[in-house]
Amino acid sequence: MSSLLRIVLQRLALGLVTLFVVSIVIFVAVNLLPGDFAEAILGQGATPESVASIRRDLGLDQPMFFRYIDWLKGMLTLDLGTSFAQLNFANFGGAGTTTIAEQIAPRLGNTMFLATVTAAIAVPLAVTLGILAALYRNTAFDKIANMFTLSSISSPEFFMAYVLILFLAVLNPIFPSLSNIFEGMPFSERLEKSMLPALTLTLVVTAHMMRMTRAAIINLLASPYIEMARLKGLSPMRVIVKHALPNALAPIINVIALNLAYLITGVVVVEVVFVYPGIGQLFVDSVKIRDIPVVQACCLIFAAAYILLNLTADIMSILSNPRLRHPK
Amino acid sequence: MSGLLWFVAIVLSIALGAHVFRFAGQKLTGNAPKFRDMSYGVAFGYVLGAFLLFWSVWYYFQPKVLDTGVPNAGVVFFRWAVQGFIIASIAAFLFRLFGRVVGTDGSRKLFRSMPLTASFGILVILIYAIIAVFAGQIAPYGQAEILGAANVMAGGDPAIGGDPAYPLGTDQIGRDILSRLIYGAQNTVGIAFITTLLAFFIGGSLGFLAATLQGWLDQLLSRSVDVLMAIPSLIFALLLMTIASVWADRLGIPLTIFMVLIIAVIDSTRVYRLARAVGLNIVVMDYIEAAKLRGEGLGYLVFKEILPNAMAPLLAEFGLRFCFVFLTIAALSFLGVGIQPPLADWGTMVKDLAPFINFAAFAPTVAAAPLLAAGAIALLTVAVNFVVDWMLHKSSGLKE
Amino acid sequence: MSSLLKIRGLKIDGRSDETWNPIIKGVDMDLKKGEVLGLIGESGAGKSTIGLAAMGYTRDGVRISEGTVEFDGIDLVTASAAVKRNLLGKRIAYVAQSAAASFNPAHKIIDQHTEAPVQHGVDNRANSAADGMELYRKLRLPNPDEIGFRYPHQVSGGQLQRAMTAMAMSCRPDLIIFDEPTTALDVTTQIEVLAAIREIVEEFDTAAIYITHDLAVVAQMADRIKVLLRGDEVEEADTRTMLSNPQEDYTKSLWAVRAFERPAKPAVNTGSTPVVSVNGITAAYGKTDVLHDVSFDIHAGRTVAVVGESGSGKSTTARCITGLLPPRIGDISFDGEVLPGNYKKRNKDQLRQAQMIYQMADTALNPRKTIGQIIGRPVQFYMGLTGAERRKRVNELLEQIELEPDTYFNRLPSELSGGQKQRIGIARALAAEPKFIICDEVTSALDQLVAEGILRLLGDLQDKLGLSYMFITHDLATVKAIADEVVVMKDGKVVEQGPKLDMFTPPHHAYTDLLLSSVPEMDPDWLTDLLQERGVDNIGDAAVGKM
Repeated sequence: MSSLLRIVLQRLALGLVTLFVVSIVIFVAVNLLPGDFAEAILGQGATPESVASIRRDLGLDQPMFFRYIDWLKGMLTLDLGTSFAQLNFANFGGAGTTTIAEQIAPRLGNTMFLATVTAAIAVPLAVTLGILAALYRNTAFDKIANMFTLSSISSPEFFMAYVLILFLAVLNPIFPSLSNIFEGMPFSERLEKSMLPALTLTLVVTAHMMRMTRAAIINLLASPYIEMARLKGLSPMRVIVKHALPNALAPIINVIALNLAYLITGVVVVEVVFVYPGIGQLFVDSVKIRDIPVVQACCLIFAAAYILLNLTADIMSILSNPRLRHPK
Repeated sequence: MSGLLWFVAIVLSIALGAHVFRFAGQKLTGNAPKFRDMSYGVAFGYVLGAFLLFWSVWYYFQPKVLDTGVPNAGVVFFRWAVQGFIIASIAAFLFRLFGRVVGTDGSRKLFRSMPLTASFGILVILIYAIIAVFAGQIAPYGQAEILGAANVMAGGDPAIGGDPAYPLGTDQIGRDILSRLIYGAQNTVGIAFITTLLAFFIGGSLGFLAATLQGWLDQLLSRSVDVLMAIPSLIFALLLMTIASVWADRLGIPLTIFMVLIIAVIDSTRVYRLARAVGLNIVVMDYIEAAKLRGEGLGYLVFKEILPNAMAPLLAEFGLRFCFVFLTIAALSFLGVGIQPPLADWGTMVKDLAPFINFAAFAPTVAAAPLLAAGAIALLTVAVNFVVDWMLHKSSGLKE
Repeated sequence: MSSLLKIRGLKIDGRSDETWNPIIKGVDMDLKKGEVLGLIGESGAGKSTIGLAAMGYTRDGVRISEGTVEFDGIDLVTASAAVKRNLLGKRIAYVAQSAAASFNPAHKIIDQHTEAPVQHGVDNRANSAADGMELYRKLRLPNPDEIGFRYPHQVSGGQLQRAMTAMAMSCRPDLIIFDEPTTALDVTTQIEVLAAIREIVEEFDTAAIYITHDLAVVAQMADRIKVLLRGDEVEEADTRTMLSNPQEDYTKSLWAVRAFERPAKPAVNTGSTPVVSVNGITAAYGKTDVLHDVSFDIHAGRTVAVVGESGSGKSTTARCITGLLPPRIGDISFDGEVLPGNYKKRNKDQLRQAQMIYQMADTALNPRKTIGQIIGRPVQFYMGLTGAERRKRVNELLEQIELEPDTYFNRLPSELSGGQKQRIGIARALAAEPKFIICDEVTSALDQLVAEGILRLLGDLQDKLGLSYMFITHDLATVKAIADEVVVMKDGKVVEQGPKLDMFTPPHHAYTDLLLSSVPEMDPDWLTDLLQERGVDNIGDAAVGKM
C-alpha cells in the first residue's frame, strides 16, 4: 500500500510542478509582447495620463520577476485582476467595473454545464458502442462504425455544428440554434438550449472515445487469460463481466479522462458557433481584442483543467492496476 | 411527444422482429449453426440494419417538392448524400481497378490488397493536389477579385437571386465563391502542408537526436515537451496568436507567417514524442548494437540504420499530423485569427457564409455553400485518415 | 474399450491476406481413457491448433473446415455453443504455455480455481477451495494452504504452472490438454513441473494430450507419441517403439540431432597465451553488482560454452567482453594485451577481432538492408574493399555459409527463413575476419534440425579458420555437441569450470549436478529413475536447498 501511495503522491507532485511551470510559460509568453503594454492596450491617441495610470495599475514599472509573483499570488487567491476593456471603460469615466473573476465565474459555470451534459450523453454511448464494436469486430457493424467514427474525427467541429443546425434546427425545428442561456433560467430550458452544442461535442468526443475503447477491449480480449476463461466453459457474459471488465476498467477510465480533456479544446469552437456564453467564447473574444489579462487567466484555467484531467487518468489507471494494488 | 412515442414503438417492434427473425431462421434452416448460435444482439443488429435500409429507400423516393410548392429540403439533402456516396464508391472502385492494371509491379500489388476506403482516400488526395497546384488555371475568377454583384445566391437560379455566371454565388463584397473555394485548396492545404513539414523537421530531428544520444539532452528536451504538451494546443495557439498579432502589426510581417511558425512549434512536440519513441525502439535492436560495436559513427547510425526503419510510422504520423494541423488552421481561421484576407481560405469562408444555412428550408442549394467549404475541409481529412488507417492496419497486420 | 476422443480427417484453415489457407491437412487421433498422447513437432507444425481443436475451440482467424472431433460420442465441431460450454472446464480442461499470462491478474488464484466447479455446478465454493489446497499439496507447492490467496503476479512461474495444473484438475476432467506447459521454464524448474503433472495425471487416471517440441520431455510424459510436420501426421507409435525404432525419415532425422557431437580436441598447451582472457571481472547495472569476480580463458581454436539459467549473468559477461558494459573491477585481455573497458575507446582493429552473433536473427539484421549491404558493410568498413572487390568478398562469404550468392545477394532479411537469417549473422561476423566470436544463444530460437545445421557450420568454420568461440547457452545438449570447455554460472558467479569431459563425469559441484541431471534425456525411464535417485518427496526444491 505504501508504494502505491508513494506513486500516487509522486504523480500529484508532478502535476503541481507542471502546472507551476506552465504558469511561468504563459506569463513569459505574454511578456514577449513588444514595447509597452499600456500603449498596446490603449492604442494610438492615448493620453500620457491614461498610459501612466494603466502602467501603475498593472505594476509595469516593477521587474518581471516581481510581476510574476504578484500575478501568481492573484491567481491563487482568485484575484484575476481587471480586464483591459474594463480598465478602458473606467478610464473614460465608466462606473461599476467588474473584475475578471466576476466575468469568468458564471461563464466557467456555463461551460462546466455544457461539458457535463456532453459527458453524460457521450460516455455511456461511447463505451457501449466501443465494447460492442470490439465484441463484433470485423463485422458489418464494426466496419460501418469505423467509417463513421473516422469521418467524425476528421471533420472540423464547426462542420458538425452546422450540419446539426441544418437538420435539427433549420429543417426540423427541434432545438434552438442559438444558446442564449442566462442565469436563473429553468433547468429544462437551459438543457434544451444547450442541446445542440452538447450534441456537436458528443459526436466528436464519442468517435474518439469509441475508437479508443474498442482498441483497448480488443487488446484485452486477445490476452491468454480471456482464452483460458472461455476454455473453462464460462458463459460469454461471465467472461466479459468477471474476466474482461475488471481489467478493462483502467484503460476505459483512461480513455474517458483523456477525452474529457479533449473537450476543452472542442468547447472553444462550439461555443463560438452557438454563441454559448461560456469561457471559450470569452477567451476567443478577448483574443480578438487582445485583452491580455483575460487571455492569460483563461489560458491558465484551461491548462489547469487539462492537467487535472490527465492527472486523474494517470492516477485512476495506477489505482486499478492489480499488480500495483497488491504488491509482492 | 408523439415523436418520442413513435421512437419507442419502432424500437419495440425491432426488438420483437429480432426474436421472430431468429426463430424463423432456426425453423427454416433446420437449426443451422448460424442461427442456432446467434446471440440476440446480433439478431437485433440484422433487423435494425434491414429497417434502416428500407427506411432509406423509402425516404429517397419521397417527392423533392412538397404539395405546398416548398422544396422538401430534407429529401434533397438526403438524395445528394446518397448520390455522392454512390459516385464516390464507384470512383474509388474504378480508381482501384485502374491502379491494379497500370503502374509498376510494386504499386499494382499495393492496389490489389487495398480496401475501397483507402483507394477513395488516395483519389481524393490526388484531386486536391491537382486543384491546389492548378488553382490559377481552374478558377474562373481571381480569389480577391471583386465582381459586380455582392451576395448573389448559390444555385444559379435567377428566381431566388442567383446568377448562372456564379454557380455558387458571390460573397458579401462580391467575390466569386467557387473561385475562392478553389483557391482555398491552394491556401489552406498548402499552408497546412508547409506547417506540417516544418513541424516534422523540428520534432523529428530533435526526437531522433534524443533517442540516439540519450542522457541530459534527452532529459532536457523531453521535460520541455512535457510542459508544452500540458497546455491544450488550440488554447496555446490562440494565446500565442494574440501576441503574434501585435508583433505582426508592428513589424509589418503577415500574421499568416507567425501562424505557420506557432503551429509548427506546438505540433513539433507531438512529432518529437513519436520520433523519440520510434527511435528508442530501434536503438535497442541488435543490429544497432552490432553497428556500434563495429565502430560506426553517429551519422551512419542515424541516417543508415535508424531512419530507414522509422519511415513507415513517421509517414503514418505525417498523415495524422497534417490532418491535425489542417483542422487547427481551419479552426483558427474560423475564429477569425488564422489565415488573413484577402487570401481565400475555407475556415474563414465557413464563418462568413454561415448565415445562409438558415435559408435551407426554402432554397437547399443556397445553404450548400457554407457546407461545401466545411465539407471540403472534412473530405480531405477523412481521405487522409482513410489512407493512414489502412497503412497502420497493414503494418500491424504484418506483425501478426 | 471405446475411445474417449476420436478425431477423424480433421482439416483446419488459417486466414492470411484475406484468404483461407490449410494449416492442418487431415489428422486422425484416438485417445483412450487415462491415456497420455504426446504431440510433437517443430514450430508451425500445428500442434497447438490441434490441441485447441480437440476442445472444439479455434482462435480468431482459424476455422475447422472438415472432419469430426468426437468427445465421448459428441461431435464438438457441430455441437452448439451451449453443449461445448458444458464440457469445457468440466470434462475437458486446458493448461496453457504461459501460466503468468493465462491467470487473470485481477483475481486471486483460488478464486480462479473454484470458478469452473462452481459455474458448472460440480461443487460449492468452500469444498472446491479445500480441494484446491489439497491439490496444491499434492503438486508440492510451498505453503499450499496460503498460496491460493495470492494474486498471480505474486507467485513464481514454475509454481504458477503447477497451480494451473491444479486448476485444470478442479472438476476432475476426463481429458486435459497440456500446451507446452514447461517451455518457458528453466530446466531445474521444468523437472518439478513435469514430475507434478505426471504424478497427478496418473493418480486421477486422466487422459491427456501433451504438446511439446522437446522429444526428451515427451518421452517422459506420453504413452504414445504422434509426430507432426507442417500440419500433416508423420507417424504414431507407442513411446518405446517410437524412440527405439522410428520408421519415417523425418522422425529419424529428429532423433539424429540428439546424437550430434563434435570430437573432443586435445588438451590445451598450458603455456600458450589465451585469445581472450577474462580476469576477475565484477560488473554492475546501476549500483547492484550482477557479476562477481568472473574469470576464464578462451584459447585459439577452442569453444568455451558458458551455461546457466536465466539471470545467471551469461549475457552480462558477453557485454563486458564486447565493451558495452565496462567492468567495475577486473579487465579483459586479448592475445595477452589488456583491452580498454569501454568499446568506444577500443581501436578499429580491436573491435574487428571480436565479433558477435545474436540469438534473435530477426533483430540482429536491419530489415531495410539487403543481404549484400549487411555483409558488405563490414567488408568495406574494416577491409576497405569497394565495388567489384567487395562484391567478390561478399560472394565468398555467402559460399562459406552455404548460401548461393546470386540468389541471396539482393534479398531482404524478411525473405529468408530463420536458419538462413542466422547464417547471414554468421557471415557478417566472418566478414570482419575476427579471431574470436561470441555466440549468444544462437540456436535457441531455431528448430532442432535447423539448429543442428548451424552448429555443424560453426564447427566446420572453426576447423577451417581457427576461430575461438564463446558459446552462451542454457541448453546442455548444445554444450555436449560443440563445447571443448564448459563454464557453469549461477547468480553472476562462476560455479565450476573445466574441460567438457570432466564436466560431464561426476563428481561435480552440487549446482552443476542439479543442472546436468535436470536435462531430460530420451530414455522414457529417465524421470522415474531421477525421482527415485533424488527421493520422490524432495525433487528440485530439496536439491536446490542442499547447496
